[in-house]
Amino acid sequence: MIAKRIIPCLDVKNGRVVKGVNFQGIQDVADPVDMARYYNDIGADELVFYDITASHEGRGLFTDILKRTAAEVFIPLTVGGGINEVSDFERVLACGADKVSVNSGAIRNPSLIDRAARRYGDQCVVLSMDVKRVNGQFHIFAKGGREDTGIDALEWAYAGQERGAGELVVNSMDTDGVKKGFDLELLSEIAKRVSIPIIASGGAGCKEDFKALFESVPKVDAGLAASIFHRKEVPLPVLKKYLAEEKIPMRILREE
Amino acid sequence: MIAIIDYGVGNLYSLSHSLSFLGIENEITREEKAIEQADQVILPGVGAFGDARKRLQETGMDRLVLKKAAEGTPLLGICLGMQLLFEKSYEYGEHKGLSLIPGEICPLKDDLPGDLKVPHIGWNGLKFLRESPLTKYIQEGDSVYYVHSYYAKGVGDALIAVSEYGVEVPGLVQKGNVFGAQFHPEKSGPVGLKILKAFGEVGSC
Repeated sequence: MIAKRIIPCLDVKNGRVVKGVNFQGIQDVADPVDMARYYNDIGADELVFYDITASHEGRGLFTDILKRTAAEVFIPLTVGGGINEVSDFERVLACGADKVSVNSGAIRNPSLIDRAARRYGDQCVVLSMDVKRVNGQFHIFAKGGREDTGIDALEWAYAGQERGAGELVVNSMDTDGVKKGFDLELLSEIAKRVSIPIIASGGAGCKEDFKALFESVPKVDAGLAASIFHRKEVPLPVLKKYLAEEKIPMRILREE
Repeated sequence: MIAIIDYGVGNLYSLSHSLSFLGIENEITREEKAIEQADQVILPGVGAFGDARKRLQETGMDRLVLKKAAEGTPLLGICLGMQLLFEKSYEYGEHKGLSLIPGEICPLKDDLPGDLKVPHIGWNGLKFLRESPLTKYIQEGDSVYYVHSYYAKGVGDALIAVSEYGVEVPGLVQKGNVFGAQFHPEKSGPVGLKILKAFGEVGSC
């Protein structure tokens, strides 16, 4: 049986891992390559790197980190941030990424999804969406959550799948950083509309939140979080062992 | 030295690095001489079967791979590279494979019950059907990372290990010196590295 995936997310700025709370108050955590190696060793199922640098110099640091990580971490690596053109796919894939996640770039130009999927395959294209409730509707936000696009999130998820996205990362801005659990309502609505794998993001505060996620929305394939793993508030191996005991299918590394 | 066949399909960075990480000498190449001299050969691949088959032919790599296999050199096909080892594929039409292992490549979606998703993507456990040098460092139940929409059918005795995904998905296959992995050992963490290590130790027969 296929396992549910637990995915730590590393937000990288100027060569360091940082994590914002509600996209503000950025705080430095640690060296990305060290952290990737650590997560690989303790059984993370996949890693997501987001490049939240805006500068050219920061971008160079990011690709260097990616190369160094891919040389010694042998689990799937997804990369996002600053992906606007098919050439950006090329840039990060050449550094060892397996999947590329698009967000604002796809909002500006949705055909980016089609073109990338045709060139690199659906499995390579991850559509990442920042979603927030506005007047009782789910809206897509762009530019790291700063701009309401007015686009309906449920329609956007379906459109992304039809254009060739292989997976969705659904980040709820309403629950992100609040640590009171994933946005089960939003995730259920999205799960009704798409058949591609869904990665839930935003809101995990304790291990029970992951159990509730996988039990309430069985069509969610993975749970993603950052600070609770980085700060070991929910240590990843403890979480996976707990979920396995709760009969959630998990990949558990054998002790050597 | 392991030759990783470069025929313009997919990113070979992780595969090469995982072998280097294990201390196994390897080279990404399409040079006839380097492949002739290789102790083992890996046939990688992502994308569609028809395109890959065409590229193998255009680069002359199909002839070299068949020659090495006939000489008894250990050959490992990974993902689409494994699918190419079979007789035929039904991905976007009907294509002839290298026919080194009996069986055909068919769409998963035609055979999956219920609401199982295609592609089969993620970590899945292995069930062993028979012994193989590739499994000497791993245990039944160990998980490996899959990404694929087509799978091998009618493999018969060449089946080494399967993963359960509505149907039994062939994960590892072997016929003599020809091996195949449907999953990505270079993306399967410590378990995947152990499989690559075991392959690096297989001698010619």
